[in-house]
Amino acid sequence: MENKPFSDISYEQYLSEEKLMGSKCKQCGSVFTPPRPICITCHSSDMEWTQMKGNGKLAGFTCITVGPSFMAQEGFDRNNPYCVGVVQLDEGTRVDARIEGVDAKKPETIRVGMPLTVKFLHRGEGEGKRTFLAFSPV
Amino acid sequence: MKKRKKLGRNVAIVGAGMSNFGMFKEKNSKDLFVEAFQEMLSSVDKGFDPKDIEALYLGNFTNDFFMHQSHWGPIITDLLGITPKPATRTEGACASSALAFREGVFAIASGFYDAVLVGGVEEMSKRSTTEVAEGLALATVPYEGKVGFTFPGVFGVLATAYFAKYGASHEHLMNVTIKSHNNAPLNPKGQFKATIRDIMNAKIASAQKKGDPLPQWQDEKDFLRDKRANPVVAWPMHLYDCCPISDGAACMLLVAEEIAKNFTDDPIHIIGIGQGSGKGLHAAEELTSFEATRNAAEEAYGMAGIGPGDVQIAEVHDCFSMAEIMHIEDLGFFKPGYGYKAVEEGLTRLDGSKPINTSGGLKCKGHPVGATGIAQIYEIWTQLKQRAGKRQAPIDNLRIGAAHNLGGTGGTCTLTILERR
Repeated sequence: MENKPFSDISYEQYLSEEKLMGSKCKQCGSVFTPPRPICITCHSSDMEWTQMKGNGKLAGFTCITVGPSFMAQEGFDRNNPYCVGVVQLDEGTRVDARIEGVDAKKPETIRVGMPLTVKFLHRGEGEGKRTFLAFSPV
Repeated sequence: MKKRKKLGRNVAIVGAGMSNFGMFKEKNSKDLFVEAFQEMLSSVDKGFDPKDIEALYLGNFTNDFFMHQSHWGPIITDLLGITPKPATRTEGACASSALAFREGVFAIASGFYDAVLVGGVEEMSKRSTTEVAEGLALATVPYEGKVGFTFPGVFGVLATAYFAKYGASHEHLMNVTIKSHNNAPLNPKGQFKATIRDIMNAKIASAQKKGDPLPQWQDEKDFLRDKRANPVVAWPMHLYDCCPISDGAACMLLVAEEIAKNFTDDPIHIIGIGQGSGKGLHAAEELTSFEATRNAAEEAYGMAGIGPGDVQIAEVHDCFSMAEIMHIEDLGFFKPGYGYKAVEEGLTRLDGSKPINTSGGLKCKGHPVGATGIAQIYEIWTQLKQRAGKRQAPIDNLRIGAAHNLGGTGGTCTLTILERR
């Protein structure tokens, strides 16, 4: 794990292993999710991997009725919207994620600030296999 | 202390043109640009020979994906008969042509050129809504697009965060929509020319004709609350919170200020041009403000030596109703958390103390993405020159106006400040 580059590809490989990973600057201690190869606080490239506990709260969300084709393929449409949002992790950083376990048809029941915990959605087969970062209410 | 940034020499606008905006089956990007160019030429009071254009800077965002044609710079210089003059295309998502404008200003300010054409063009309506949504989503930050964010979705997220922080609601966003639509019938070049009330009356008349039960809307907000009339696109963004899919072009002739009087006795001076970049939602310091806009504003106000209170009229990038509220706060027109109240109090109406989007905004004028930046500057130019007709802002001694353009999820923002002397 220590030798992986601090890249989007590594981030997604970790997601497929059900790990939400960030990078931590060894010089100033700043933490980044998704991982960054260069610290945007002190510009050091001396980074290490750090695993997020996967707990946080909803910082903002939306329930989408007109989505991209890969979401339509999962059966989402005007009558079956999906929820995505920005999650503020307990570690202080944020991630973009799908929000599961909420009623996207009743967005007024979804609250900014609600506590969430991570889950990993594995979709597709073979070459098309990918893992979505998701969160659901605790 | 920050050094005040200044241009090497000053630059003025001596001509401006904009095509009609809308969905045009019978017109392509070239046709639209010609429309804008011909109006621009005829707007130069003392005339201008196109042979004297020394370079073109052209904004375009999506024609590669939607029209399967890229490399638009030389297509346009060829169209105008000005090859082999250099043509440079700029891409900054929906801020593409504001970048063209800025590069044109720098080219003249450097002393290298005296007269350049800056423009923008976009052709979107020949693709389906789904294709357009997917094409535009290419300009989100990768982590956003990959989990299924669309552009309305991004502004939906920002809206829920804003609502939670400041106690606003979708009812407040409706005020932006109603205000933009009130300006719409006053802009003959715009895509939509109906007020919300006009749209309600048309729907009632249509129901009457068909013998359907008549809608019982009490007022405009009641109409906008009706989920059948105003369905959710990406909560809390509803159909009437979103700008349309549009085709259009706009262009301007920029010259060194010292020769501007050769072309007109009434040049419009560029006194501030700012730009900034931003990080995307997951990394932004807060979800209720764009750092790129704040940087663009700091640069532009600094160069102009003025503050937000000196700007008398502005066009801001209202791709979604929520965006307009964020921008009028980020530009310093209103305090953070007060933007939605300012709109509610009518301060941003055509007859308000700070008219915003007198053109009808992206919401009603239309949003051909690569043309929008210069089209916004075109509206300010038109207002400053007192040529806006029925939508002329009733401001005494209107002198200073500004145009704010945003690309992506706040990845690229610009602020351009103009002055009439």
